[in-house]
Amino acid sequence: MSDYAKPLPKIDALDAPYWEGAKAHELRILKCGNCGHCSADPTRRCMSCGAQALEWTKASGRGKVWSYGVFHKAYFPGFANDVPYNVAIVQLEEGPKLYSNIVAVPNEDIRVDMAVKVHFDDVTDDVTLVKFEPA
Amino acid sequence: MVLGNISTNNRKAAVVGVANSKFGKAPGNDVYDLTLSAFHDALADCGLDKSAIDGIIIHRAPDYQRFCELAGMNPKLIATYPSQGRMSGVAIPLAATAIATGMAETIALVYGNVGRTAGQIYGGENDNYGSGGAGRWFPYGMTSPGAMHAMMFRRHMHQYGTTAEQLGEVAITFRKHASLNPGAVMRQPYDMDEYLGSRFICDPLRLLDYCLINDGAVVMIITSAERAKDLAKPPVHIRGYGEATAFKESTMPPDDYWFAQMETVGQQTHAMAGTTREDMNALMIYDNFTPTVLFSLEGFGYCPHGESGPWVQEGHLALGGRYPANTCGGHLSESYMQGWALNVEAVRQIRGECDQRQVPGAGLIQFLSAAPIVTSIIYGAEPQ
Ligand SMILES: [Zn+2]
Repeated sequence: MSDYAKPLPKIDALDAPYWEGAKAHELRILKCGNCGHCSADPTRRCMSCGAQALEWTKASGRGKVWSYGVFHKAYFPGFANDVPYNVAIVQLEEGPKLYSNIVAVPNEDIRVDMAVKVHFDDVTDDVTLVKFEPA
Repeated sequence: MVLGNISTNNRKAAVVGVANSKFGKAPGNDVYDLTLSAFHDALADCGLDKSAIDGIIIHRAPDYQRFCELAGMNPKLIATYPSQGRMSGVAIPLAATAIATGMAETIALVYGNVGRTAGQIYGGENDNYGSGGAGRWFPYGMTSPGAMHAMMFRRHMHQYGTTAEQLGEVAITFRKHASLNPGAVMRQPYDMDEYLGSRFICDPLRLLDYCLINDGAVVMIITSAERAKDLAKPPVHIRGYGEATAFKESTMPPDDYWFAQMETVGQQTHAMAGTTREDMNALMIYDNFTPTVLFSLEGFGYCPHGESGPWVQEGHLALGGRYPANTCGGHLSESYMQGWALNVEAVRQIRGECDQRQVPGAGLIQFLSAAPIVTSIIYGAEPQ
């Protein structure tokens, strides 16, 4: 049994391919075969054109920090020992945004628009989280 | 177009009765105790009997059926809204439209929450903020609407050079207003050093950038301007209103701080009201978190995009300034009544009932609310 105490994703049929990809250290996004719109929000129908032509595709893993905040309050008990910890919105070069953490850099050195690349964090035997580090 | 036609017919709406419960902590009271108390006080405020109310619009209080049962009423129009604060700016225009079309004659808008007594926390495992994205955020420690606004403000700082001191100006100004409001929960003023010394919740936002969580109820009674003429208090006319949404990809904050929607809504609202920004005597700005105030000022055109920081430092939002804002103390200091108390404050200002915090000659006041639903309402002492 893992002693990992932070919230884990509630994986369902819709987003299982995303988390399977993460476990294989591959960042996947949904790409619409009709209009090309890319989304990280799992859905069965393209939110741009409405087509049911979405396919999980491998993203480049490159992006930019859209913005970030540094939590000084632990809303989740599992994060209590981590405060202050960062949460960033990363915008992938394919377009979609993700909530994530920036690793391998002190919080003080994170910047908006900083270039980042994906970093896979195998937090349990079953779950790998998609984080980012300076590119 | 349709809304514009409604505004020029002879069934424009006016606010005739307002009331609120005491704000703060109300142990031993459930949400119906508070809403019924405010409801009867609002009836008394306008001198109407409850039999005159043929519409009930309920927000946050959980059950319209139970409310009407307890109030002993069979209204013909019923609507109920989910708990987000943005719904105050949606519900009031709906009531005005229902009155304009004759769907109802006199509507009570009923808001109540006992979030403080219930120990409500915005953030954590039970927080559903953000169009269902929370399940994918939690593993990274992301939660709470405050953090989303913190990230929006961080980007604003990066794009425009906005500073912590400029944001603090908003919090300090509204608290100073609250110090003049006997009904406000937090009345002790503070200065910039105290603001900057308050602890971070989600950096760049500090404790004093966050709204309060309180118990309370607010009721507004709205009827046709025709009917409003011979009631107990002078009517406050709903001159204009507008709405636009920003739901696409709203699991994430918007790239433009909702500027596009605010521009549309501002134009629609002023066009319906027959006013311009320059005509406004005061502003009531939805202030769940201080950055929203800056975004609203820019989006609704009170200052250019990116310039709200220096603009608020010039003192425009203070009593005695050009656009006194949130004269009751707002959500940051009076009580977080999710927009309702700000709308009631607009009514009381126009009636001249605000004592020490009264804006002299307040005849036109604009309510601004920026969120995935952007709304605005203009209240006036005179019909158009
Ligand atoms: Zn598509």
